[in-house]
Order: sequence, then C-alpha cells, then structure tokens
Amino acid sequence: MTVTETPAVARAVETTDKVLSHLHPEGAWEVEAHPVPGRKDEIWRFTPLKRLKELHADAPFQESATTCTWTAPEGVRVEGVDGEEAESLKGISGWVPNSRFAARVLAEVPSVLLVDVPAELEAAEPVMIDLTGTDASVTEAGRVALRFGRHSRAVVVLNHTGSASLAQVVEVEVGDGAQVTVVSLQDWADDAVHLTHHQALVGRDASYKHVAITFGGDVVRMDANVTYDGPGGEAELLGLYFADEGQHIEHRLFADHTAPRTKSNVVYKGALQGDGAHTVWIGNVLIRKVAEGIETFEENRNLVLTDGCRADSVPNLEIETGEIEGAGHASATARFDDQQLFYLRSRGISETEARRLVVHGFFGDLIRKVGVPALEERLQSTVESELERHLLSLG
Amino acid sequence: MSTLEIKDLHASVKTEDGPTEILKGVTLTIDGGETHAIMGPNGSGKSTLAYSIAGHPKYQITSGSVTLDGADVLAMSVDERARAGLFLAMQYPVEVPGVSVSNFLRTAKTAIDGEAPKLRTWVKDVNATMSRVQMDPTFAQRNVNEGFSGGEKKRHEIVQLELLNPKVAVLDETDSGLDIDALKIVSEGVNRFRAQEGKGVLLITHYTRILRYIQPDRVHVFVDGRIAESGGAELADELEANGYEKYTGAAV
Ligand SMILES: Nc1ncnc2c1ncn2[C@@H]1O[C@H](COP(=O)(O)OP(=O)(O)O)[C@@H](O)[C@H]1O
Ligand SMILES: [Mg+2]
Repeated sequence: MTVTETPAVARAVETTDKVLSHLHPEGAWEVEAHPVPGRKDEIWRFTPLKRLKELHADAPFQESATTCTWTAPEGVRVEGVDGEEAESLKGISGWVPNSRFAARVLAEVPSVLLVDVPAELEAAEPVMIDLTGTDASVTEAGRVALRFGRHSRAVVVLNHTGSASLAQVVEVEVGDGAQVTVVSLQDWADDAVHLTHHQALVGRDASYKHVAITFGGDVVRMDANVTYDGPGGEAELLGLYFADEGQHIEHRLFADHTAPRTKSNVVYKGALQGDGAHTVWIGNVLIRKVAEGIETFEENRNLVLTDGCRADSVPNLEIETGEIEGAGHASATARFDDQQLFYLRSRGISETEARRLVVHGFFGDLIRKVGVPALEERLQSTVESELERHLLSLG
Repeated sequence: MSTLEIKDLHASVKTEDGPTEILKGVTLTIDGGETHAIMGPNGSGKSTLAYSIAGHPKYQITSGSVTLDGADVLAMSVDERARAGLFLAMQYPVEVPGVSVSNFLRTAKTAIDGEAPKLRTWVKDVNATMSRVQMDPTFAQRNVNEGFSGGEKKRHEIVQLELLNPKVAVLDETDSGLDIDALKIVSEGVNRFRAQEGKGVLLITHYTRILRYIQPDRVHVFVDGRIAESGGAELADELEANGYEKYTGAAV
C-alpha cells in the first residue's frame, strides 16, 4: 500500500505566548463583523464557493422546504421553540459565531429545534430526527440545540435526506458527567448543498461522541468543534464519508483543549470514487496553556478507489503547554491495494467481491465504533450501495 | 488426475528502466499425483514463476504457455485460475485489514465451490483444519494475516490449502522462516493434501530441509530464470552437499 504517514507531532507547532493561526478566530455576534469569505481565506480555500448557492454569503433564508419529524424516548423533550426560549439557547455551546453564515443563522432564524434531555435521565432509545429536504432551489437555514443534562445518557441522530440548500448551526451542551452520542447523517440527494457548524461544550468528566457520516450532496461542509467546560471531559469525533463523482465533502474538526486532563480522539475515514470526487479533512487541535495533562490523537485515512479523485488531509496540532500526556496524529491516503486484491482473488474471489471486502474492511472497525446498533446495518448497506454504483462496473 | 503444463514460459517485470526479463523459458510438466521441488538461489525467479502461474498483474507473460488439463491458464483472470483448481501459498501472505479470517475463508470457499458451504459442517471443518496446524480457533475472528507471526501466516496458508482443496498447489517458500516444529506441522498439512488422489504440488524452496518431510518425485534446479537441471530426489542431496555454485559459478 502506498501510504504517506505523517509522523506523530512532526507538524506540531509549538507556540509560546504569541498565537499564530486561524485556530484563534475572533468570534462576533454581529453579521457585519464577518466579511464574506473568499478563496484566499485559509479556512475556505478548499471549498468550492461557487457551488454554495451564496449560503456562505448573503443568500436569503427562505421559508423552509425541509420537513422535520422525530421520534423520542420517554422523558426527552423534542420541540421547535421560538421567542425568548430560542433566544436563550443561543450560545449554549459557549460559542460566539466565527463565520458569516453561522452569525447569520443565529441572527436571522427565530426558531430552534430543541432536544432537551433532563439531568440523570438515561434515554432508552435514540432520539431520531429526520430532516427531509424537498427543494434544493430554496436557500434556507436551520438551528438545532441539543441540551444534555448532568449525568444523562442519550443518543441523538440527525438524519438529513432529500434535496435542500441548508445553512445550519447545531449547538450542543453536554452537562457534567453526561455520556452522549450525536450522530449527523448526511445522506442527501445529489443536488443538496449543506453548510453546517456543530459546536459542543463538554462538561466536567462528561463524554461526548460526535459521529459525522456523509454520503450524499453536491457540497457538504461541516465544522465539528468541541471545547471543554471543565477538567476530565472526553470527546470522540468520528467520521465516515464516501465521495462520488463530482461531490465535494469537507469535514473540519477542531478540538480546543480549554481545560486540564481532557481528551480528544478523532478518527475519520473516507473513500473516494469517480471523476472529480473531492474530500477535505482538516483536523485542528489546540492545546491551551491551561490544558495540562491532556491527551489527543487524530487520524484520517482515505481510500482512493478510482482515478480522478482528490483527498486533502491536513492535521494541525498547536501546543501551548509542555505538560501533556500525549498528542499525535496520522494521516494517510492510499489507493486500492493491489497486493490485497491479488491475495483475495488468488483464492477464487471475484474482483468485485474482493474490492467489496477491502472497502468493508476499511470502514468496518469505524462502523462498529459508532456504537448505535440501530445504525450499523444501515451504514453497512449504504456503503454497499455506494459501492454498487461504481465498483460493479469496474474491472 | 490433472496436469499442469508449463511450456517455454517467458515473463518480465516492469521496472523504471522498462521491462526486465526474469523468466527465460521455463518448461515443466506436473502430472497428477506428482510433487516437484524447485530449488534455486535468491533472486533466480522462483517467486516470479509462482506469481506468473497465479496471474499476478505485476508480471507480464511475453511468450510461452501454461495449461491446466489443457485449459489455457494464461487466458484466465486471477480468480478464474483459482476456481479452475490452482492454488498459490505465498512466500509473503498479505494482510487484509478489517476482513476476518472466517469471512475470508467462507467467501473463498463459496467462490471456489460455486455455492456456500453448509454452515454446520463448515464451522466444524474450519476449526478442525485450524487445530490440525495448531492454530487456535480464535484466529478465525482476527483479520486476515494482520499481526500474525511469520509462522502463523504460513500455517494460515496451509489451512486455506486444505479447505479449498485445489487440483494443483504451488507452495512458494512455505518453509522459510519456520522453526522445526512449525516446519513439521506445515509439511504434514502438505502431505495430507498430497495423500489425496491425483493432486499436483510444485514446492518452491531455497533449502533442502523441507524435503526431509515432503518427498519430491522430481527436483529441478532453478537458476537465472530457467531450469538448469532436473533429476530425482537424489539431486536434492547433491545440492545439500555442494550448494548452487556449480550452476551459478559463485558461492550462494
Ligand atoms: N517488482 C519488481 N521490480 C523489479 N525487479 C523485480 C521485481 N520483482 C522481482 N524482481 C527481480 O526479479 C528477480 C527474481 O525475483 P524473484 O522471483 O522474487 O526471485 P526468488 O523468488 O527466486 O528469490 C530478482 O532479481 C528480483 O530483484
Ligand atoms: Mg521468492
């Protein structure tokens, strides 16, 4: 396998007092504080702005053409709220918008879909929220607030399907000691555009698992960020994506270690097939001065299945304290491994079947890590149908 | 009874400076029930021969023929060759992350037989075959060859040989890197395979050691991409005593 491994911490930037990078943006609530981003902006340089339907700039947020339905277990409140309550939910993730679209979403969208899990509640079933787009020509915006009370346990799944052009902000508050999983599934139709920012605040000794799964859409760009509200919090940021011909899928992670003895573990895996398939993975980790004794590891692996694809993968680790337990990253992009295929085929397994085995093998351990049994089968079968699209016609 | 017939086989490998010829005319017939040993120094092209028979894409066949019971092997894809009854135990078995041994074996067996094996007997067969080569049944849950020791990889090849039960097996240095106990275990596996009627074996090796456990019918000395001399089992004893220098003109 041709693999380019970036040795752990090789690219780490050790900074002292002065801070170098885009990891310290100035947040602002005012929309006008955020100029319309351009290609020259570091954090937008990979994104095909022209295909965003102006969602990153000033597209009008029209009346929603996306339906929202849900099922929730006993004791969990799921409700669209507006007015003062919606106002009070702004910034529950401890965040001030750092992009124009996010500032606009918070300023202009008067309502928010709230999932409220009371303290101590152990939800018996996942909260399943279906966001089903019906019209990609309507540019729209949405807000989601996920509030997990102290010591609660719950799983929330946001399932995006259909056609839409959606700017979205998802804010997450994980109470002290809570153990929660948030899954965001982007299983959009081919014409969807999705610009989304997920921001989580992880409480003391809490554990937060965020899973991003992106299969569909013309352009999907997600920021998945986490900061810590106290020591001992853990974040596991998992991602699985599959880009087909012409698709742009961009995942940007940011684990901002704002408290001591916190952990972040990032694993993203992607497969690419077809002309013009483009994936971007940016893994930012910042270890602040106060964040002594933290551990972080981030990993991105891409499997390139055909010619004409491009996988960008940029781990980025900034360390402001010397007192850390461990920090590392790995990033690798590999083509289908001829040796693996030959080995399988030399046992009589057809080329298609061999490719299928290799791809399932590539994603398999990650799918098991998602830890939501209700989703596992669906993920396996979605990987399967993605493969059907191209692999079967190969060889 | 099946016959593997190799005639004047030439093969080259792509390099940066263009193709380099490695096999320079190999002719060899293995009749059913026969075991042929191919012995030669490192770099003489033994693995190239094995890979060329199995259809590895890295090697270009420039001329010659390979037939199995008259069927044109070179016209077949890699997996068709396996389904036609050829098996290659590799010198360096490949790791396949995320694919369990049990899934792999079942998929391969299904492909070879054209139908899925009966679940009940299959699991028993796998366990029995694995314990015969002293592989713990827990290996079935591990990923193919991942984290296996050298010896475990070779024993896993023998498990596949026994379960897939081909017509002709090519064993590429299945003995190298094995301690004496593992060598015996692997040899017993090959001998069980050979004990069946009409099976052909092409045993590629660098050392004569394994020939104490697997008696060959024919021994071929392989040097610089072709067979330099052929004889009976006694040729191995001569190689044991004198090495390859008679053929290469240098100590190996
Ligand atoms: N992929 C390759 N690229 C360049 N040379 C190769 C390649 N594979 C094999 N060779 C060369 O072909 C010759 C025969 O190799 P091999 O068949 O592996 O020999 P053996 O198995 O007898 O040790 C060697 O000189 C080796 O360097
Ligand atoms: Mg060799």
